[in-house]
Amino acid sequence: MSCTVIAFGELHGIFAWLHELPVSIGLPDSVQAVVMYAALGVTVFSVLSLFALFLVWWERKIAAHIQQRFGPMRVGWHGWYQTVMDALKLLQKEDIRIETRDKVVFFWAPVVCFVAAFLAYVVMPFGKGLIVADLNIGILYIMAVTTFTVIALLMAGWGSNNKYALLGGMRSAAQVVSYEIPMVVSLLTIIIYVGSLSMVDIVESQSGWFFNWFIFRVPFGPIAFVTYIIAAIAEANRTPFDIPEAEQELVAGYNIEYSGMKFAMFFLAEFVNMFTVSAIAATVFLGGWNGPFLPSWVWFMGKTLTVVLLLMLVRWTYPRLRVDQLMEFAWKFLVPVTFANLILAGVLKYLGYWE
Amino acid sequence: MAELRTEEFQVNMGPHHPSTHGVCRLVLTMDGEKVVAVEPVIGYLHRAIEKICENRTYPQCSPMMDRFEYVTAMSSDYVYALAVEKLAQLEVPERAEYLRVIMLELNRIASHLIFWGVTAMDIGAYTPFLYGLREREDIIDLFEMTCGQRLTYNYIRIGGVSRDIPKEFEPKCRAFIKKLRGKFSDYEGLLNENPIWLARTKGIGVLTPETAISYGASGPVLRASGIDYDLRRDDPYSIYDKFDFAIPTQKTGDCYDRFIQRLDEMKESLKIIEQALDGLPEGEIKAKVKPKFKPPEGEVYSRIESARGEMGAYVRSDGTTKPVRVKLRGSSYNHLALVPEICTDVLIADLVAIFATLDIIMPEVDR
Repeated sequence: MSCTVIAFGELHGIFAWLHELPVSIGLPDSVQAVVMYAALGVTVFSVLSLFALFLVWWERKIAAHIQQRFGPMRVGWHGWYQTVMDALKLLQKEDIRIETRDKVVFFWAPVVCFVAAFLAYVVMPFGKGLIVADLNIGILYIMAVTTFTVIALLMAGWGSNNKYALLGGMRSAAQVVSYEIPMVVSLLTIIIYVGSLSMVDIVESQSGWFFNWFIFRVPFGPIAFVTYIIAAIAEANRTPFDIPEAEQELVAGYNIEYSGMKFAMFFLAEFVNMFTVSAIAATVFLGGWNGPFLPSWVWFMGKTLTVVLLLMLVRWTYPRLRVDQLMEFAWKFLVPVTFANLILAGVLKYLGYWE
Repeated sequence: MAELRTEEFQVNMGPHHPSTHGVCRLVLTMDGEKVVAVEPVIGYLHRAIEKICENRTYPQCSPMMDRFEYVTAMSSDYVYALAVEKLAQLEVPERAEYLRVIMLELNRIASHLIFWGVTAMDIGAYTPFLYGLREREDIIDLFEMTCGQRLTYNYIRIGGVSRDIPKEFEPKCRAFIKKLRGKFSDYEGLLNENPIWLARTKGIGVLTPETAISYGASGPVLRASGIDYDLRRDDPYSIYDKFDFAIPTQKTGDCYDRFIQRLDEMKESLKIIEQALDGLPEGEIKAKVKPKFKPPEGEVYSRIESARGEMGAYVRSDGTTKPVRVKLRGSSYNHLALVPEICTDVLIADLVAIFATLDIIMPEVDR
């Protein structure tokens, strides 16, 4: 096993030192790889946790300003560390465990949810060279690991032994499985032009100005982008597709029995998931880290946060679909449209239009 | 393949649930997502208002009425005052009647604004709730300016109103009318033609005119089913016969119609307020009522059109200072009885939408 990460931006020095450390004190090569991956894991994990906390605050502020109020204002400048305090509060809270729960499933559900949310970042290109591992099946890997979330939600729904939670878990299983298909097919539409599943290849094939981004460059790119965003909102369980935790129907859905840090894990995982789907959109459709003048990671973050902003605006504007309408929309509209899009794009590629 | 065994299960929706608007408990029998049967359980907000009134003098009962229907406390104040005035055949000064009409209609708008926001929130759109409450705030400010209270006004008293409006009330009220008229396009643009909104409300929870009548539905719920009936016009009380306003009705009686009905009614209420402000006479605001007020022996039933429907008060007197019996009629009680009727074989999300558009509030049911 060798480490693919060498150039890690400005952190290069630290990582180079870590890279040398096990060898210099005479440990075998396998230890070197473990140390490196552990260091990378901690880095990505802490950056993303902080980012999730930021997103919670940002969403609250955006929602507040849409609704003509201020949102958090008391803790720091415009309440900037409100969510940090909230997380600390949740850490101190009593972990309420109901007697009738399924002990193992109830315990592991938030863990699985939290871990699954972070797994996708192994192959996420944050910037030029800023990637943990450039797997050659990158996008396929992301699609595979993000689906773990649904197992966690089903576990939470089942393990809580609560009817609302069970309904929420069942809803999320049905929803995520249905929307996974249009999501993957939308991405495939782009991938047939790239000819590679690697995230780095996808980004590099869009280098140059914005008209090289896949949303503008290929035919049906805009359609694929829109279908992807719709499916992504459903994947991230957000309004108008937030039926698994529909407050007015199921109170809180699958996480109704969770409190304290376990709840916080579900909550943060939700925001990490939102960031994930936005980051994929930025990478595949909006050119990833490509952009002039500014450092590559600034472009990546800027594009991702723009997509996040879009998701937030949608959330605070639209009503929620009903569970059967949601399924109808997926199977009767989104799946046919994305497949037609894929076939047309494939035919055009085969005929030799658009490199 | 072996057949999968399924079974129905029961879910307790409430008494503490985000969309039961207070402390209503609905026992749902569900088959997966589908609601097979609904059984409302009431009584969690029972405060024995009617019984307490028997131990108080007539003017002392007035503040109790604010708690009868606290979303439109002006209406419940008024229905009791009207009953006692009928009983004692009190002459109410004309200025007081005008002020009452202004307050009643403002309160109707406030209630419909809450309805607008809460219904949107129950169907998953959070933002309208804040918008609705924002405009309601202006009305509440007008009330606070007049009587010092923001929820339980105790403004409409037996024989008149508690105090006159301040000088700045009229310009502020006119400014509010102008502002709200401008906001309607926002309200309509936000939801009325939204495809998700239409999918969630059109054809959901259809209430036929026959069912509506047989269950004693009234107010916007009845008019949304196409029945043109409004006590303000059909059994005029106060000075409503002096004003020119239309009674909007809808056709099908589904959730969407009940939603649009309230928006239309707000516009008519604005017209009434404008006319009342224009015609506001000078003069007394309260007839003389002694603290030991003794109406003659007898019984009376008064009814008015509150924001939710027919609100009634039955008062019986034996000639002493205290009423023998006070019975209040809230339209939410009848509307809650409609829930099991129109909520069978719907999805749980539809149940929430139906419950929201019937605009049931629990203090009126339990009293």
